[in-house]
Amino acid sequence: MTKNPYFGLFIVIAILLVLPFIVPNSFYLDLVIRMAINAVIVLGLNLLIGFAGQISLGHAGFLGIGAYATAVLPTHFGWHPVLAVMAGAAAAGLLAAIVARPIFKLKGHYLAMATLGLGIIINITLRNEAAWTGGPDGMPVLPMALLGVELSSDKHWYWVVALLLSVSVWASLNLINSPFGRALRALHGSEVASQVVGVDVVRYKVAIFVLSAVFASLMGSVTAHYVGFVTPNLADFFHSIELVTMVVIGGMASVYGSLVGAVLLTALPQALATFEGWETVAFGAILMLCMIFMPKGLVPTLAARFGKAN
Amino acid sequence: MLAQFLQFLFSGVTVGATYALAALGFTLIYNASNVINFAQGEFIMLGGMLAVFFTQAGLPYPVALMLAIAVPAIIGVLLEKLAIEPVKGAETVTLIIITIGASLVIRGLVQVFLGKATHSLPAFSGDTPIEILGATLMPQSLWVLGVTALVVVALWYFFNRTLQGKAMLATSFNRLAAELVGINTSWVLFMSFAMSAALGALGGILVTPITLTSYDAGIMLGLKGFVAAVVGGLGSGLGAVLGGLLVGVLEAMGAGYISSSYKDAMPFVLILLILFFKPRGLFGGKSTDRV
Repeated sequence: MTKNPYFGLFIVIAILLVLPFIVPNSFYLDLVIRMAINAVIVLGLNLLIGFAGQISLGHAGFLGIGAYATAVLPTHFGWHPVLAVMAGAAAAGLLAAIVARPIFKLKGHYLAMATLGLGIIINITLRNEAAWTGGPDGMPVLPMALLGVELSSDKHWYWVVALLLSVSVWASLNLINSPFGRALRALHGSEVASQVVGVDVVRYKVAIFVLSAVFASLMGSVTAHYVGFVTPNLADFFHSIELVTMVVIGGMASVYGSLVGAVLLTALPQALATFEGWETVAFGAILMLCMIFMPKGLVPTLAARFGKAN
Repeated sequence: MLAQFLQFLFSGVTVGATYALAALGFTLIYNASNVINFAQGEFIMLGGMLAVFFTQAGLPYPVALMLAIAVPAIIGVLLEKLAIEPVKGAETVTLIIITIGASLVIRGLVQVFLGKATHSLPAFSGDTPIEILGATLMPQSLWVLGVTALVVVALWYFFNRTLQGKAMLATSFNRLAAELVGINTSWVLFMSFAMSAALGALGGILVTPITLTSYDAGIMLGLKGFVAAVVGGLGSGLGAVLGGLLVGVLEAMGAGYISSSYKDAMPFVLILLILFFKPRGLFGGKSTDRV
């Protein structure tokens, strides 16, 4: 850790500043925005998987909570959109805390099962409560105005998302190098050892899980506003798996790995769209191959190889 | 009243038997390797879909069914040899992702080669319903229950009365100790994947005449089998069977008495409640840490 940890952050910001001027058309701008949205979610999820060593198989459920809070509350109750976003984040955080507290007192990967169940329950609820959510067809989202400017064009949303991504990278880097982050890493290393040196294991795990749920909910709200429409697919099991895959392929416990994972896997369906019907096979095969040959993920593996060469 | 209750019970126990077979599959693999095999549901789907495919290809019914069990068993073994064994000792997250990848590959291949349509199989012995106290029971349900019961007895015999079975049990208790007394643990791993894939496929074949099947039927069946395994206390064979039946009955009762649109949510509500209040599962023994 001799070089400046913020070096990568400057590169990220530089890329984000240049990108909108070099993307050839709105199709690619849309792709970039979706990559950035996923990157923020994956950053949060990676804190949980990479640093607390726990896996969530229902993270799309939290995304769904955020998305539907921004859709349902202003439409049916006349809430201000910003208030709705915050309510969604609060609800996701609260739910995560309620679920996590008893689960983390157990050893092992019970969180995977609990989040799996939670995600599926949320998804089924969104599909069934058609009077509120529009059912499987989804519902439109009322547009949002910030400081008197109505956020409608892709350009507007690009800058919002770019700002959120930069802040999230900066916050993640800081978090990892804070006492909280060190405690988390200790936790992943050896739970018993960290307990012995006085880390409150349960509290830290709950905190990180709640944080990642709030990240997901916020970005769910952003997705909803950006797309202007929400469907329950946002919250389905497959999407949860996609998010976990982004973390793992990019590299667990790697901030920049999260970004790489999000970018690659958001682009992958586009790249595979030409292989009519083979997308699922290719997606699964890539998952397996990555895990067998690079279980540490792309960025840490390449970093290690590059470091050796030097 | 009673007729209605019986009706729900019959359908619950029938589906529950399939969950039980899936849960046994999870348990076998978990015990042998500590891997939670998220591709288990795809073996259920494969069983049903391949049985449909082989019968449509003109093979005699019994041959088609045999093949529909054998092929998934081979795929299970391939999965173990090519993807699980090379990463021995990897983190749980890695193993979970590998099996999820495998499930996507299997599902995708079925979608490409066998199509997206929903299929059915003819019932094994006709469609004349049996009347019991006002409720009706399809003969196929008896097949599902009977075969599941046979499988449970056979497994019990295998694990308690044969050397191979005891070797597998020993490996699940303590891998190193098993190796030290000369048990070939990689054979155990091989067997556990073959057996659980075959069990899943068998369940899929049995239940297809009742519930139909399609390329994406494996996801929910697999997840519910997983719930059943956890309800029964992950790692316990008897628990897996009881867990499967319980999940099936609960789901049918919930669908009948509470809300049919929330049918699929019932098992997952159950799993959350159990994790909160009885984390070792309803039938799980005392905590044995597998470090």
